[in-house]
Amino acid sequence: MLQEIPTSYCYLLSAIVFIIGAVGAITRKNAIVIFMSIELMLNSVNLVFISSGNAFASMDGSIFVFFVMTVAAVEAAVGLAIFVMLFRMKGTVNADEASLMKG
Amino acid sequence: MTNYIPVLIIIIFAFLIAALIVGASSILGHKISKKTKLDTYECGMKTIGPTRMKMNIRYYLTAMLFLIFDIEVMFLYPWALVTGNLGMFGFLEMLVFVIILLVGYVYVWKKGALEWE
Amino acid sequence: MVVQIPEMDFGWIVPEIAMTVFAAVALLLTLFRKKNSTWLFVEAMPLVGAIVALYFTFQTWNGNIDIFNNLYTIDNFGVFFKGLSLVILILVTLLSYRYIDREDMARGEYYSLLMFGTLGMMIMVSSNNFITIFIGLEVMSISIYILAGLMGGNAKSVEASLKYFLLGAFATAFLLYGIALIYGTTGMLDIREIAGYVNSGNFMVTPTFMAGLALLIVGFGFKTASVPFHMWTPDVYEGAPTSITAYMATGVKAAAFAAFLRVLFTAFHPFLSGWTYMLWILAVATMTLGNITALKQDDVKRMLAYSSIAHAGYILIALTVGDRTLSSTVLYYLLVYSFMTIGAFAVVIILGRQGSPNTGIESYAGLAGRHPVIAAVMAVFLFSMAGIPPLAGFMGKFYVLTDAIRGGYYWLAIIGVLNSVVAAYYYLRVVMYMYFKEPEAEIGAPDVSIGSTLAIAISVVVVFYLGIFPRLFLMIAHTSSAIFM
Repeated sequence: MLQEIPTSYCYLLSAIVFIIGAVGAITRKNAIVIFMSIELMLNSVNLVFISSGNAFASMDGSIFVFFVMTVAAVEAAVGLAIFVMLFRMKGTVNADEASLMKG
Repeated sequence: MTNYIPVLIIIIFAFLIAALIVGASSILGHKISKKTKLDTYECGMKTIGPTRMKMNIRYYLTAMLFLIFDIEVMFLYPWALVTGNLGMFGFLEMLVFVIILLVGYVYVWKKGALEWE
Repeated sequence: MVVQIPEMDFGWIVPEIAMTVFAAVALLLTLFRKKNSTWLFVEAMPLVGAIVALYFTFQTWNGNIDIFNNLYTIDNFGVFFKGLSLVILILVTLLSYRYIDREDMARGEYYSLLMFGTLGMMIMVSSNNFITIFIGLEVMSISIYILAGLMGGNAKSVEASLKYFLLGAFATAFLLYGIALIYGTTGMLDIREIAGYVNSGNFMVTPTFMAGLALLIVGFGFKTASVPFHMWTPDVYEGAPTSITAYMATGVKAAAFAAFLRVLFTAFHPFLSGWTYMLWILAVATMTLGNITALKQDDVKRMLAYSSIAHAGYILIALTVGDRTLSSTVLYYLLVYSFMTIGAFAVVIILGRQGSPNTGIESYAGLAGRHPVIAAVMAVFLFSMAGIPPLAGFMGKFYVLTDAIRGGYYWLAIIGVLNSVVAAYYYLRVVMYMYFKEPEAEIGAPDVSIGSTLAIAISVVVVFYLGIFPRLFLMIAHTSSAIFM
């Protein structure tokens, strides 16, 4: 039997994943890659919820994860629709190209 | 910490076997370098057309719809496990959930998003 | 396993049920409608739904009950904001009728999503549990991501939708990580339980907890469009359909502030004194940047976007002062702000035409000569935003600044007054264009309809009423915020 992984390790991992996601979302140009980075951030959130729910022996964390996953899926669907709309209009999904408005 | 030794052993073996296979094939195998070998799919045929095809928009539409209706299972499955204990309340709640989903389904259907021409 | 089955308290959530049903019916009616038949039934849905929901919302006044295993709370604070978002829904629907015709948007989806968005706001403002708050927030946000891009053929609208979506999802991730870290340190998701734990002796402030609180503030800062998390606001407000801009500037902001207020004042009140500096900086930055950038805008819609950022700054002053007894000021300010903003955007809508929104300030030149009534109501809304008595905006600002002085935040009050002076310049600039400039270009007759006239009339009356007789609604706001005491 393996010994349980300490919760703090999970926090550390989730923080690393979250930061990777955040940096990716800020630096990348392709809208789909930005959105993938955001999904990465949401997954790091799930990791915290699961591990701390486990540590507190409460179900709340797992329940929250369900809803985070649902919302992530819905956001993915809406996001894809918006990206398709953008692609039809501009022929690209570069977030940088979306610059009609300035100032 | 000793509990992690099996993991370490597996990692070592994974590296060893990978190195062994790749090394052996590079030593024992004979090498051909031709243009066809650098093609995207090395199956002996010449590639036709650009490798980056434009996908039909319907794939995205189907993907979106799949995603939404796939998620519903995530709620139905745990519910199904405890439905006996939940009684009338659980049943009614799930009925509400399914009816709302059904409205979405009818919308998708009537809009013709489920048809593949 | 023993499962605790909650009571079937569906009686308390009739407003939410009504919203859901009417939204679904609007969608289905659109689907099964015959070609060339009337849109009347679909168009009536949001109005009828909002009125039914309003009626049942008022029935729950003084309800003060927790339902569904404490996942949902009926209290006066929630009822106040539910009422506000339903009134906003009515006004936005009224001014949408002609606008949707003109811009040829998908009608059934538009009204349905508008109702779902309002449903999200109603859920978000009436819960003490992070799960429910999060779900409400997302129901609201996702509806609005789509609504912002509903002007399908318009590149600006699609861009607005993309930006709002990407930054909104980004903000959601921050908010969630904040909630997750707080859950990680306390093991609780109910903000009153967290408050109890935090106030008990055996709680120690950990860096994780503080990081969670900071991320929570960042997440709500995005949703309320506070500086430095405001980057999306001007572009999204400019690109989105104007009726949706009005909806975002009022409904979304009010609901986000309501949830922010509830979370901060219930759970984290012991920390507020420590966080005052952060909120202080946030308030000053939001006001000042909003106002100063608004100065150089030549597009009225964009100017109103920056002005809405500035107004968020004034509301943040009230949050900074952070006295629970004073939170009624926030409620009153949001009420006032909603009506004057919707009114101003309604005028922007009726001056536009298909394909040319006419939002440039030069389109307003000489408006008073040609359409004195429109110019006069626009002037009323702008004067109100500038904070000139006897209009509602003055009372809102007056109470905020009095709070700041009473709380001993003299500098904050001074900066607030200075900002009002700066703000007066760009509001009055539009008034000056309307009254003292010769028209430069012909913009055609305004697109006045019964709906928009009604919406503007209601807004004007309320702006005057709240300015001259603030007592009644101040009392209501006070009763609503009594839950924090």
